[in-house]
Amino acid sequence: MRARDVRSILSALVLAACALGVWSFYATDRARADEPSTFAIKNARIVPVSGAVIPNGTVVISHGLIQAVGANATIPPDARVIDGTGLTVYPGLIDAGTDVGLGALAAPAAAAAGRGGGGGGGRGATGGNVPISRGPEDRPGTTPWENAADQLLSTDARMATWRNSGFTTGLVIPRNGIFPGHAALVNFGAADRTDELVVKAPAALPVNPQGGRGEFTGFPGALMGQISYVRQVFMDAQWYAQAQQIYEAHPQGNERPAYDHTNAVIGHVIANKELVMFPSQTDVQILRALKLAPTFGVRWALTGAQQGYEVSDAIKAANIPVIVNVNWPVAAAAGAGGGGGGGRGGGGDTPEPLRTLRFRDRAPSTPGVLVKAAVKIAFMSGGVANPRDILRNVSKSIAAGLPADAAIRALTFGAAEILGVSDRLGTIEPGKIANLVVTDGDIFADTTKMKWVFVDGRPFIPPPVPDVPAAGRGGGGAASDISGSWNITFTTDQGSMQANATFQMAADGTVGGSVSSPYGTAPVTRGTVTGNQFSITISLLLNGQSVDILLSGALNGNQMTGTFGSPDGTSIPFTGTRPRAGAEEVRR
Amino acid sequence: MNLTTQKNYRKFVLGLSIAVMAAVVIAVSSWPSQAQGNSEVTLIKNATILTVTKGTIQNGSVLIRNGKIAEVGTNIQAPAGATVIDGTGMFVMPGIIDCHSHIAVDGGVNEGSISVSSMANILDVLNPVDIDIYRDLAGGVTSANVLHGSANAIGGQTTVIKLRWGQPAEKLVFEGALPGIKFALGENPKRSNSTVLPGQPRRYPATRMGVEDVIRQAFTEAVEYKKKWENYNRRKATGELNLIPPRRDLRLDPLVEVLEGKRYVHSHCYVADEILMLIRVANEFGFKVRTFQHVLEGYKVAKEMAAHGAGGSTFSDWWAYKLEAYDAIPYNAALMTQKGVIVSINSDDAEEAQHLNQEAAKTMKYGGLSHDEALKLVTINPAKQLGIDNRVGSIEVGKDADLVIYNHDPLSVYAVVQKSIIDGKVYFDRQKDIANRAEIAKEKQALLDKERQAGAGRGGRGPGGGRGPGDSIQDREE
Repeated sequence: MRARDVRSILSALVLAACALGVWSFYATDRARADEPSTFAIKNARIVPVSGAVIPNGTVVISHGLIQAVGANATIPPDARVIDGTGLTVYPGLIDAGTDVGLGALAAPAAAAAGRGGGGGGGRGATGGNVPISRGPEDRPGTTPWENAADQLLSTDARMATWRNSGFTTGLVIPRNGIFPGHAALVNFGAADRTDELVVKAPAALPVNPQGGRGEFTGFPGALMGQISYVRQVFMDAQWYAQAQQIYEAHPQGNERPAYDHTNAVIGHVIANKELVMFPSQTDVQILRALKLAPTFGVRWALTGAQQGYEVSDAIKAANIPVIVNVNWPVAAAAGAGGGGGGGRGGGGDTPEPLRTLRFRDRAPSTPGVLVKAAVKIAFMSGGVANPRDILRNVSKSIAAGLPADAAIRALTFGAAEILGVSDRLGTIEPGKIANLVVTDGDIFADTTKMKWVFVDGRPFIPPPVPDVPAAGRGGGGAASDISGSWNITFTTDQGSMQANATFQMAADGTVGGSVSSPYGTAPVTRGTVTGNQFSITISLLLNGQSVDILLSGALNGNQMTGTFGSPDGTSIPFTGTRPRAGAEEVRR
Repeated sequence: MNLTTQKNYRKFVLGLSIAVMAAVVIAVSSWPSQAQGNSEVTLIKNATILTVTKGTIQNGSVLIRNGKIAEVGTNIQAPAGATVIDGTGMFVMPGIIDCHSHIAVDGGVNEGSISVSSMANILDVLNPVDIDIYRDLAGGVTSANVLHGSANAIGGQTTVIKLRWGQPAEKLVFEGALPGIKFALGENPKRSNSTVLPGQPRRYPATRMGVEDVIRQAFTEAVEYKKKWENYNRRKATGELNLIPPRRDLRLDPLVEVLEGKRYVHSHCYVADEILMLIRVANEFGFKVRTFQHVLEGYKVAKEMAAHGAGGSTFSDWWAYKLEAYDAIPYNAALMTQKGVIVSINSDDAEEAQHLNQEAAKTMKYGGLSHDEALKLVTINPAKQLGIDNRVGSIEVGKDADLVIYNHDPLSVYAVVQKSIIDGKVYFDRQKDIANRAEIAKEKQALLDKERQAGAGRGGRGPGGGRGPGDSIQDREE
């Protein structure tokens, strides 16, 4: 009787919540003491992943853990019962590589400045400008001691959108840098204390040789410098561990090995066999990684690997797992943003090579090819803006030959196994963390809706999701129009300088145009305005090299203030004004 | 084994096998060329053979077996089942060797951030799908010295490759070729022509004196580092326990190899006094400069270069593109040759590499080099400079079958490459290339149509989205 009452209240509330457009019914930040803690989903189709599909069964979860699962599982008397007729229960999906949870994308320059983007001058001590790195000894972009678990922001609305799309857990990878810090495995639940969401930290050590720096902007600039740097760091860490050990036992007569934070942390990673994530996208890069990474003396996984279909044998031979980036390559939109778009590899005048076209066509076949070669895989969203696209893109792989059960395995148990948490996540088995997705159909069908999502045993009811990119648009209303001609003033060590910018903004907030300065005219390669905040990247040709400069700041009517950020972390403030007449002309 | 004796040996084996076929069938089938089938055997016949080192053979043939040149002469019969290339009217020369190339490099050729970037290694970033490999192959280049850029006094480590288009990166590497390191003198390492990014300091050095200082400093460190290791190894060898080994330094390791003669120095340079400067510094530290690259004023100091044992790898007639290139003359290659310097003509550029034969030909006009001397500039001479002349650079029995077939004398402007052969395998075939174009266009169109139909772009577009492999923008300095 009482359960019945609760159930009717519950469904009334659900209706009310839906009507009000409240996205997550239970998702108050703080767990309420009177919140139910035991649930039973009965009469549902259950895909436990650990075993055969149960066509009609019950899952019981209690106090954050799975208590029972089976065709005849006993429903405890205090359970809130959900009728699962017509519904399917899957383990919560795992996104094995994302920045969800870290907040909207910060301006790269500011982020780099704050985290050892350059030399030994400490973190952001100068409020933006970081000394140029002069070599490996300056440990550029190297902060392996950082931990994504300590960078989580409960205000990142994407945690909710990911959850609403069935992703209950993500491997959150810190941004920026060659050794940006440890990734953490995080449940996308709701809590005002984000610490409660952490499943495992540290969970893996991402290495990103290409820190997005230029050839002439501080060591390491070119790819070969970046690779040599990564190699030196791992060698240093191995040496340091050995030297330290000898010194501790025999300090007399031995020179004291100099303390180095990076060496100490990486040495720990090696000693503890922590997972090191090494990115590579194309077949050439994958073979390069397969040659390089084994010299580090670590347990490691490939990430990205979209052209893995070409080299699955080599990957299998190396006996390493792969976290495939499902953000499949697509042709650049022609004339994106009204100017300066297109860019490399497509949309421009240069015809794309066959190799590029084949790659775009075949990339989604990679997961199937790898599974066939008996390589362990997981999926990462790797920059996908709309979480619905993750499953859509996995569906493309299924269409390209990946068995559907292997796909769901990669999204759950496979990821858990690679990340070393298969004892607590990834299947519907008693004792495991109660992360579940309840759908009204096959999870890969585009029409399927997520009806319930459980994270750590707490229920969420996903709203009908509007199918638009959700990245980083946390309110602020319509974007201010940046279109028009701007006079920009800034000061460098070479004195006060003027620049002129012409921007065109499309209805969706993307920006095109160009910026002319004493350094030449640079086209906008990408840009967005969100609310009154703009973030525009221009490609400046300096000494025959293209350098990406980020303009970021805020619009205020016909005034703007912001900074130019260069890839090495240099940051120069500017102000801009938009003469009224010009603005009117260009405005649409 | 010379030509005649090898022939006799083959006859002997053949006779033996016929005589006792039943008994020794296994032994005979273990004879490599027979065992691997005649697909490994190719005969180019009826062509003009430009051996470069042993004269020109009219109406001659080259027999290739298992990737090596097996016979060269006028009357070679094709073994049964051999692939026969009719070279009537054609010219066969050794594959062109480009002593200064920046093709097949991923992610930038300059680690331009610092003045000593010796830790950077071209070997780590070879890109076997760079289309420039194929284009240069189509210009007759079969080997190239792939160099780091010239933005640093001491640049990155260099690698000699064979242009084995279609093979993975590790198969490009010229087996056994000594690696090198790039040095650079003059305007590029002192960043004379570069704009300084706002907020960044100008990089040291800014003068030619400073360039010398950087090299001297680096080798002083390398000597110290070498001593440290020698000391450690010595103490360890005497049985001392619990020693902490020195820290490996990837920047200094290659410089120690230079000191030990295990790595060649290829130094970008222009003006005469700097060439002399580097020779002095090298002598002081006891290493050799293997080649001076570009070396447009080499003709002024050719005697000193020859005395040091340094080669000169230059341009034919490219000049005045910057101040330090004003004193260049097209006679440079010929003059250095006449003073006893081993001279090559290089490309420094993927396009230039497509017609190095013509670049070499210019030395016949400017300086009066002979036909063979001109050919040497892009074949045996660069092979000597790279220490690979025992393998390539001329058409001689036992050498790698790296050959180019032209439809005219390669030193003629009408010469067009018909086939480029590496290790006996045809890697570029003009007729096949032309024949394949329609098919490639068809496949491209089909893929584009498919993409258009799918209404491309529903999936998220991430970093690198839309940029395919091999699209990397390659920035380079000479």
